[in-house]
Amino acid sequence: MSVTVDPVEERSQALLKPREGGPQSGRRWLLPVMLTLISLIWLFPLLLALVNSFRDYAFTAKNGYVSWGGFTFDNYTNAWQQADFGLHFMNSAIITIPAVILTLFLSCCVAFVVARFSYRFNLALLGFFLAANLLPPQALLIPVYRMFRAIEVPLWISDSGTLLNSFVGLILVNMAFQIGFCAFVLSNYMKALPKELYESAVIDGASVSRQFFQITLPLCRPALAALAVLQTTWIYNEFFWATVLLQQGDKFPVTSSLNNLRGQFFTDNNLVAAGSMIVAIPTLVIFFVLQRHFVAGLTLGATKG
Amino acid sequence: MASKRKYRGIDQLSTRDKVVVSFMVIVPTLIVLWLVWLPAIGSVLLSFTNWDGIGPLSGIKSVGLQNYRDIATIYPPFWPAIQHNLIWLAVMFLVATPLGMLFAVLVDRGVAGTRFYQTSIYLPVVLSLALIGFIWQLIYSRDQGLINAITGGTTDWYGDPNVNLWAALVAASWRHAGYIMLLYLAGLKGVDPSLREAAKIDGASESQTFFKVVFPVMRPINIIVLVVTFIESLRAFDLVWVINKGRNGLELISTLVTQNVVGEASRIGFGSALATIMLLISSVLVFVYLRIAMKED
Repeated sequence: MSVTVDPVEERSQALLKPREGGPQSGRRWLLPVMLTLISLIWLFPLLLALVNSFRDYAFTAKNGYVSWGGFTFDNYTNAWQQADFGLHFMNSAIITIPAVILTLFLSCCVAFVVARFSYRFNLALLGFFLAANLLPPQALLIPVYRMFRAIEVPLWISDSGTLLNSFVGLILVNMAFQIGFCAFVLSNYMKALPKELYESAVIDGASVSRQFFQITLPLCRPALAALAVLQTTWIYNEFFWATVLLQQGDKFPVTSSLNNLRGQFFTDNNLVAAGSMIVAIPTLVIFFVLQRHFVAGLTLGATKG
Repeated sequence: MASKRKYRGIDQLSTRDKVVVSFMVIVPTLIVLWLVWLPAIGSVLLSFTNWDGIGPLSGIKSVGLQNYRDIATIYPPFWPAIQHNLIWLAVMFLVATPLGMLFAVLVDRGVAGTRFYQTSIYLPVVLSLALIGFIWQLIYSRDQGLINAITGGTTDWYGDPNVNLWAALVAASWRHAGYIMLLYLAGLKGVDPSLREAAKIDGASESQTFFKVVFPVMRPINIIVLVVTFIESLRAFDLVWVINKGRNGLELISTLVTQNVVGEASRIGFGSALATIMLLISSVLVFVYLRIAMKED
């Protein structure tokens, strides 16, 4: 029983590879032209932000946006200082890294039990987690907010003294919402692993935890990589909980701190563009470098097999 | 015989193993129970009470459906919010989702440069909707925006209550279409190629092949795409919150709930009733999604 075929690899390869055959009709030029047009329209807002993030405000104010020139790097340095991105990137890391690791670990635990043992409540258990992932977070805000405000934690966990306004609280909420999706994807993945794998391990007297750490987890590496990329993007992008549960501006992760670049009465759009680009860099890097995993992670959840 | 006994044996657990397995299930279950299901029940229960959020929990009195009646009658932003959510859903459902499906079908035909087309279209999917709000500000801003620069108009696309919902919807569709394309493309790749072959041999045109053969076999993914569209429309929040915190033409149920909790006026009963309405709608969608996603089991 070999398990060398990697479903994630296979899937992303299949997805990125053009289908055999191609268009049949006589107007072969039409499709590429249409697609090029669509692609350019889709790229346009980002390109506009990119170009203007390098332009001087005084220049665009004088010549308007439909002009060319006034290039400078100042917006980036100004945006970095004004929005205090150093601090906020640190906050994002403090929130995202533990949240992703813990989410994946706990999801693996659930998925392993669901896939490895045939308990009667398995399906219900999976539904319990997956449904949680789909509920609108705003609908749960009031109780979560009130609970967090009431729960006191030692100062070394949170300097606010409660879970509200603490990184721990935010990490917990992110985990609670993401475990469902990951457990679902992972359990499908683990179910595809042949049961025979565990047989020899059991005969050798390996405990459940050894089977988990030494057989299942290593085999799930491709799925874990895909989910890690996806979850990092999602939790980094997460805006709602960070905005409502963290009330001190200096605790905001990057996404929520963008507002610092907007003045009360006046907004320098070029500065905002530079700030947006800075915020987008981590996700864009992920997108271009780890695209395969991102696509695989996203589609693993939606389609089975 | 021996192998059979072995096979049955792998589910046998020692006492220590049983403890490990229990922990593996109990820890994540408790987190989700505590932070998702308990609050969901809490929202429903609070919606029937008059708690002002200040007094002790013991002072809570049940007020029946009073909060719901108040929302519908004396809470001005409620009906606009419902209307906006429905418009949001309609645009996503009638424009953005079909657009994403169309892109998937076009990209799937595999002309040269597919990789580039595909990448450009789903690039916005990796950006947060909050960030998208900022990026589109360059296009929509009244004094510095691209649209007004080209047309010479003076419309404040994010501020004018007559147009800002539509402006937000264009930006949201920009992302949603890419997301749907990605999901749909995965589905299209999974369609058995021999089906298309057979249709071609029978002399079906390409559009006939799609609508009569491919589309019907993609029923599960069609439903998933549909449910994703509904859920995303119900959850829409980030984009309008960064534009103006969901006021002045951009009220959505999600922003009303949030305003009632973190805003100046904290009206717990109101907020909870709104939250319950959201939960009610989403539970139907969740049910449909679960049935499709877990069908094979």
